[in-house]
Amino acid sequence: MDPECSQLLPALCAVLADPRQPMADDTCLEKLLDWFKTITEAGSSLLLLQENPCLVELLCHVLKPQDLSSRVLSFSLRLTGVFAAQEDCFQYLQQGELLPRLFGEAGPLGGAAWTAPTVRSGWIQGLRSLAQHPSALHFLADCGAVDTIFSLQGDSSLFVASAAGQLLVHILSLSMRGLAEGPPGLQADDWPPCAQKIVGHIEESLRSTATPQITQALNVLTTTFSHCHDPWTQVLWVRLHPLVAALLEKDPVPAAHSLVDLLLSVARSPGLSSSSCGLWETLAQTVSHLSPTQAGLLALGILKLQDCPQALRAQAFAVLLQPLACVLKATAQGPGPSGLLDSTAADSVTADMLPPSKAACVGLLCRTLAHLELLLPLPQRPCPWPQVPLLGAAVTLLQLCGGSGSPASDAGRQLCALLLGCVRVQRAALDFLGTLSQETGPPELVTQVFAVLLEYLRSPDSSPTVLKKAFQATFRWLLSSPRTPGCSDLDSDAVLFLRELLPVLQKRLCSPCWEVRDSSLEFLTQMTRRWGGQAGFRHALLASEVPRLTEQLLRDPESYVRASAVTAMGQLSSQGLCVPSAGPEHPGGQQSLLGELLHILSADSEGFPRRAVMQVFTQWLRDSHADVVGDTEQFVAGVLQVAGQDLDWEVRAQGLELALVFLEQTLGPSRSHCPYAVTPPVAAPAGPLTQALQSLCRVRLFEFAFRALFDCDRPVAQKSCDLLLLLRAKTASSSSLQEPRSSPDVASVEAALQRWRAGDQAQPLGDLEPEVVLAVLRSMDLEGLRGALAESSDHVEKSPQSLLQDMLATVGIRGENEADCY
Amino acid sequence: LKLCKYCLSGHPTLPCNVLKFKSTTIMLDCGLDMTSTLNFLPLPLVQSPRLSNLPGWSLKDGSAFLDKELKECSGHVFVDSVPEFCLPETELIDLSTVDVILISNYHCMMALPYITEHTGFTGTVYATEPTVQIGRLLMEELVNFIERVPKAQSASLWKNKDIQRLLPSPLKDAVEVSTWRRCYTMQEVNSALSKIQLVGYSQKIELFGAVQVTPLSSGYALGSSNWIIQSHYEKVSYVSGSSLLTTHPQPMDQASLKNSDVLILTGLTQIPTANPDGMVGEFCSNLALTVRNGGNVLVPCYPSGVIYDLLECLYQYIDSAGLSNIPFYFISPVANSSLEFSQIFAEWLCHNKQTKVYLPEPPFPHAELIQTNKLKHYPSLHGDFSSDFRQPCVVFTGHPSLRFGDVVHFMELWGKSSLNTVIFTEPDFSYLEALAPYQPLAMKCIYCPIDTRLNFIQVSKLLKEVQPLHVVCPEQYTQPPPAQSHRMDLMIDCQPPAMSYRRAEVLALPFKRRYEKIEIMPELADALVPMEIKPGISLATVSAVLHTKDNKHVLQPPPRPAQPSGGKKRKRASEDIPDCKVLKPLLSGSIPVEQFVQTLEKHGFSDIKVEDTAKGHIVLLQEAETLIQIEEDSTHIICDNDEMLRVRLRDLVLKFLQKF
Repeated sequence: MDPECSQLLPALCAVLADPRQPMADDTCLEKLLDWFKTITEAGSSLLLLQENPCLVELLCHVLKPQDLSSRVLSFSLRLTGVFAAQEDCFQYLQQGELLPRLFGEAGPLGGAAWTAPTVRSGWIQGLRSLAQHPSALHFLADCGAVDTIFSLQGDSSLFVASAAGQLLVHILSLSMRGLAEGPPGLQADDWPPCAQKIVGHIEESLRSTATPQITQALNVLTTTFSHCHDPWTQVLWVRLHPLVAALLEKDPVPAAHSLVDLLLSVARSPGLSSSSCGLWETLAQTVSHLSPTQAGLLALGILKLQDCPQALRAQAFAVLLQPLACVLKATAQGPGPSGLLDSTAADSVTADMLPPSKAACVGLLCRTLAHLELLLPLPQRPCPWPQVPLLGAAVTLLQLCGGSGSPASDAGRQLCALLLGCVRVQRAALDFLGTLSQETGPPELVTQVFAVLLEYLRSPDSSPTVLKKAFQATFRWLLSSPRTPGCSDLDSDAVLFLRELLPVLQKRLCSPCWEVRDSSLEFLTQMTRRWGGQAGFRHALLASEVPRLTEQLLRDPESYVRASAVTAMGQLSSQGLCVPSAGPEHPGGQQSLLGELLHILSADSEGFPRRAVMQVFTQWLRDSHADVVGDTEQFVAGVLQVAGQDLDWEVRAQGLELALVFLEQTLGPSRSHCPYAVTPPVAAPAGPLTQALQSLCRVRLFEFAFRALFDCDRPVAQKSCDLLLLLRAKTASSSSLQEPRSSPDVASVEAALQRWRAGDQAQPLGDLEPEVVLAVLRSMDLEGLRGALAESSDHVEKSPQSLLQDMLATVGIRGENEADCY
Repeated sequence: LKLCKYCLSGHPTLPCNVLKFKSTTIMLDCGLDMTSTLNFLPLPLVQSPRLSNLPGWSLKDGSAFLDKELKECSGHVFVDSVPEFCLPETELIDLSTVDVILISNYHCMMALPYITEHTGFTGTVYATEPTVQIGRLLMEELVNFIERVPKAQSASLWKNKDIQRLLPSPLKDAVEVSTWRRCYTMQEVNSALSKIQLVGYSQKIELFGAVQVTPLSSGYALGSSNWIIQSHYEKVSYVSGSSLLTTHPQPMDQASLKNSDVLILTGLTQIPTANPDGMVGEFCSNLALTVRNGGNVLVPCYPSGVIYDLLECLYQYIDSAGLSNIPFYFISPVANSSLEFSQIFAEWLCHNKQTKVYLPEPPFPHAELIQTNKLKHYPSLHGDFSSDFRQPCVVFTGHPSLRFGDVVHFMELWGKSSLNTVIFTEPDFSYLEALAPYQPLAMKCIYCPIDTRLNFIQVSKLLKEVQPLHVVCPEQYTQPPPAQSHRMDLMIDCQPPAMSYRRAEVLALPFKRRYEKIEIMPELADALVPMEIKPGISLATVSAVLHTKDNKHVLQPPPRPAQPSGGKKRKRASEDIPDCKVLKPLLSGSIPVEQFVQTLEKHGFSDIKVEDTAKGHIVLLQEAETLIQIEEDSTHIICDNDEMLRVRLRDLVLKFLQKF
């Protein structure tokens, strides 16, 4: 600890010990604790205590009966734990009887302070830090702490209860670590006393009839198997396995959720060889015992396991598929298997296996769809994957929710009434349907997919979120539609679909709901980006009103919509899909789009549309868009001038991105983009370089970059710094441009930059000569600036000394205020 | 006593029912089914060469005697005459006996002149003020639309049953054509409306002292009401055209419908699958799409109702959609009155709109649309409109059937261009049938029916909430719509199942009146001496005269027995006053058999045998050859000619009973 902090510490300890000066902000205490942890990790705690006796005094002081705040008490308990983690320091504190007084019966445990959850939590965390060595185990045994921890497992505060469970796992693991010769036997006598006590408690809880106790025991075991992978865990599982299996014989299975967690954590534990411990049998038993609502998560977990017997996987997959099989059964037009489950399992499925209440049924279906969606991209997903029936199920669900399903049976009609208009199922099913597009399906089913998607896109009752998901799913299915591999054009069916889709899109672009207009524009942008070059798409799009409506949305009252319209128009224009406006205010179509975007950049009151414009412009520059190529310098100069004055830092940062693209186009590509590329170290020829730099000067790129260098928003400054460093590197090899550093021009520019740095950016730099710019660049400590910018903004204020000062100061201010009051 | 309901209209949203309840005859609504007009040719306001040169229709055998009456147009056959309406049933019950007519909303009173002016009706009509005023506007518009295109011809040949059979559909299937009538006149309208008495929500109206009727807010339209018809012991609720959505009218009063014996449920949404919010969005999107492409939008509508909500939505939408420069025209003979009336009925509006009045601001934003010249209204397309008319534009005009009104002209004018769109928002008419005489049509057609009335989900919540003992509804509501037979959710689902009715059916309502309230005069009540026979239950005998007048029943003290003073007087008194015999005491209580037997034994009876029967016990006194039958509500002593024994036994029995 540095001497300044040592000096401040006694005063701070005195403040903490003084109940009349409560700490207003307990984040300070957290920071203080973190600081002590760093110190003790780096050095001896014992030494620290000996050098700063005020700390021990503080710990002694909190024991006195007084009205100390629970925060300080909790802090002291945790601090003690931090110190006592080192065995010598533990002994030192033990000598002073401090530890039993803090953590034993005589401490806060029995007092009024114990009612505060923060004190109980501090007690647990103190012990958690302290329990690092055999002496600590003895201490825990002697002071009866383990029993208290048992009772805290049922604490009213969830944080305390969970911390108590974790502490038990920690103690168990610590005590097992002490075993010299290999894992213990199954007999209780073989186990260290502390471990035996904990395991005994777990066994007792598992035998209990009270669900909360069983839950606690299962949670402790789950944590144990997830965190400890030593050989003893296998013995522990063999010992407890019969008790866990016995839970399955109860009806209903108690604490099913925790049981699932435990079984999965055991199955995933690398410390256990699953086959030898009867785990697969237990899992199989559990899957068949639990209700479909509870078993889904376990089934998913089993299917994610790497080395699981095929029979168990099949069983788990059947459980996962069951709700969808029920849906297919309920809506089937005639008898016969749906193909989702094998024939024996399918026969046992009946439609009434779905929960009768709407909330439960919807929850189950949504979870099932989400689980299957997670499973689909995994390499260990079940094989063969029932793509066709799953597609059928997703389509059926969507039809039922949308009211277009025509179930033949009573069960189907009931299901229809339950699901009708249910937005949750619609969203889940659309997501799932989108994911299924990774695989194909038979043509007639794909036709149904597109039909149901179109139904959703058309329906006036689709909520904005459902519509967005319908757009996403549609895009994914369109992406997967080409049947001939390698051909990226839309197939004829997709083009036909597009003809039906575009009128819907037109209508949606006029929706009174801005979310709908926004997601329609996003969809249009995606489509154009993907198929903008394809004849079929171009023809259909140009025959529709979509481009013209999109252009009108540039003036939408909602800023998000304007932003999306800017992006969409940028994309349409890049692909030459903009229709010249016929209106008198927009003569000359294409040209006017650039003007309109520049107008948005300079006049729009919201940041999103301006950011979108900058992105479009950067892309246009990168792609050498026709409007830009005509007079690139004028374009870049104009954009940089407007962007430089923008109040939104993201616009300015995007301006630097555009400047970088221009720079690369002028000077040649940056080498940093591909660090491993072999590029011959050819010095750039001086002539073209001078011309290039002159071009950069003409667009006032330097003025823009220098201003950005001193930007109050760090990302902008960092980006500018990188850009200037790149520029300097590119010009370093050029000898012809070496100029004496002390020309009067250079001096005046440097002086102006100094003023800019100080915050006075009023004075412009004026016209710059390339030589002057280079000289200024070389004289600047850009590396140093980059280093400074890389530090976090509070690095100056983050020192421990300032923390101590702040804490003292807040107390001081409070004192002054009090004095003022009197 | 029974309650009867006569159904005079088969249309579930244009009901006309008659309820006979406690000697009163109450007509509930008198809706006019105007779908009959779809069989007639449109009445063009401006001479239409297309419509005036249609070929006459001839029978298959070539006989052309109907060619003056029936014309062929776009593959359909229409009646070329003044449109006629299908009236409520007039033969099922003598309508002159109807005491009162209760109107629930302005759409459900359009048949009123036919009932009040042509059936001998002498009663009173009850309705709220906005209902009457807007109902008057609707009738005025209807009369105006039809009268301003005079058509000399009235077709009747085709109505002959033998001829009608030979006609193509839908004329062949049209029902009750012989009862179809031409539109009433303004004079009849005024006369009918003069019979209306205005009422306010929750106002209690006594009908002949027998029943009380009360209108409640139904949330559907300005001044729309549900009605409660109740006596002291029975309550019938009549729910017609209600809405739970937040639109302009006062919200629906559900609480007052609780504890009904019978709930008559009519006027649910006609398009249960269309959600009004979605439809309004659809309306706006299609309107903007058309106008942005340079096309005109035609909205066939009634001059009041949903149009207020549509204008309000457009008010919020037009600026955001960049439609500020597009003119909105509202053309109706009553456009001005409708827009102005809506602003003055503040007390009938929803809370939000009511508070605006205190600011003071007009409750509806269409005032601002008019002020800023975005919305213009005209009585007709003749006159000012033709000089102001600018395209592209949006026109709201009637009639939604497309058979008469200014809309006919716009259909003819704009129908040929695919840039234009007609958007149907009123759910009363099938849009395909409405469009039939205009085919082939290049104009786009959008169907966005906006019906804010209750849907089946809302009905099921409402019924759970108010829990009526019985629900009575049109038969259409008891099964899913024919086109969507799997939609079990599109029907009323309640326990016990709803009773259904159809046109021209008489229904005995499923409950019996069991009690009647009788008042006791104070002096008579004073004279009563109640005796407590069980804790909390006291009885008293009363002798009185029951006096019934104006459906009120009063117990009055009997006249004192006349003093024997004069021969003549005495004679009269004996005629008038009922005989007051000396009353036997009334008995109550039950006889505990075991104790009774013990008592008998104590009094010297022996050889007693007790037998249990289904209804009680039989005590056999074998020696005395006597039998005592003890049942719950009677005791008989059967012994042969031994009156002494009987009296002894009777006295023993009486010991166990209370007397008063």
